[in-house]
Amino acid sequence: MCVTCGCSEGAEVTLNYLGTKEEPAEHRHVLADGTVITHTHNHAEIHQHNDIAESGDKSVTTTVLSSPLNFPILGDFDNSVPPKVGELGGRKNTHLGDFDNSVPPKVGGRKHILEQNLLAKNDQLAAQNRAWFQEQEILGLNLVSSPGSGKTTLLTRTIRDLQAQIPISVIEGDQATSNDAQRIRETGCNVVQINTGTGCHLEAAMIQKGLNELSPSPRSMVMIENVGNLVCPALFDLGEQAKVVILSVTEGEDKPIKYPHMFRASQVMILTKIDLLPYVEFDRDRCVEYALKVNPNLKIFQVSATTGEGLDDWYGWLKNTMRSLFKI
Amino acid sequence: MHELGITENIIEIALKHAQGEKISRITLAIGQLSAILPDSIQFCFDAYRLGTPLENTVLEIIEIPGLARCRHCGTEFVIAEPFGICECGSMDLTLIHGQELQIKELELEELCV
Repeated sequence: MCVTCGCSEGAEVTLNYLGTKEEPAEHRHVLADGTVITHTHNHAEIHQHNDIAESGDKSVTTTVLSSPLNFPILGDFDNSVPPKVGELGGRKNTHLGDFDNSVPPKVGGRKHILEQNLLAKNDQLAAQNRAWFQEQEILGLNLVSSPGSGKTTLLTRTIRDLQAQIPISVIEGDQATSNDAQRIRETGCNVVQINTGTGCHLEAAMIQKGLNELSPSPRSMVMIENVGNLVCPALFDLGEQAKVVILSVTEGEDKPIKYPHMFRASQVMILTKIDLLPYVEFDRDRCVEYALKVNPNLKIFQVSATTGEGLDDWYGWLKNTMRSLFKI
Repeated sequence: MHELGITENIIEIALKHAQGEKISRITLAIGQLSAILPDSIQFCFDAYRLGTPLENTVLEIIEIPGLARCRHCGTEFVIAEPFGICECGSMDLTLIHGQELQIKELELEELCV
């Protein structure tokens, strides 16, 4: 469930691996009662898994069309066991006399110091994802924006232009449909679709499952296209090396100050659809000014995925980031 | 209402740690830059706890004001939004306080005299 808006309570998250491989794949999964099923199918055959680990109060359904298994590094998805109180607060909780807090305990009660971040569980899983990306020398990027900013169009163009140089795979997040994943797959790229149901953002646990299905090759890039939403995804670390916020010129130039959390949490902003600037009332300079006001360290690119203008700068940043992170 | 989800998370964490004991008070720290409204949390909590083991639990919310430190000159100052400008002209700020979203502590009822 989203702790920001409570949107996904009771919702089913589904994961749909579209893959790239044509040959039938042997495939194994474990049912809830421990039964192990192994079978072979090609990726045209969709079937449902109801066996994947539960995340909090959500039951997660996975739809697989072709499935590399055995995610190599990450551990069990289920981190639902809470840390002990004594570990969190650095103090024991069994005796009233143990407390030496400067604020005296209120009469009649025993205080348990928790200091627990409400997002701690997600942050812990994100840290695992980040460590795995680092070890595999994979650049993981979290693409965030409003719906309709042109994320998928920019992504398909980027893949077509770069995939000969750098292997790219994609985790697509949407509330419903596999439409975006199909568009990505047409580029020949390895892709998995996560449908969050009524959920408004991706979480680190979903990325672990997505990576498990995707099996991205070492020294590659994984682009995570988050659900179109400029609020909640700002709070949820997925383990990415950078958040890339995408804003199109058909939106308002004041988006950066209207949604400052997202622009502050991002390292990169891409202003898209700049080929439409002559036709829309969009003050580009003011937009950049607002963005830098919220986040002076933001790296800004201005591109058109249609004409190709500005894309070389974006590609240059991707390649340089790969080089500086992994000495590739 | 997005605070409902947060409230449910708070209750889940509190009940897990209390391990069946009665909770007399839950103390939260909510930063004023966190985009979460304490009044709404209180409203949701009041609605949610009826008929649960938290029926008599007091929810205490400590609001943490936004505090920034200028990365350029080191000045610290209070801010009401997650961005701002220092008197030296720099907008490169570290947010020291104001983004908290925490359960600070639980108070459990005494079982014996």
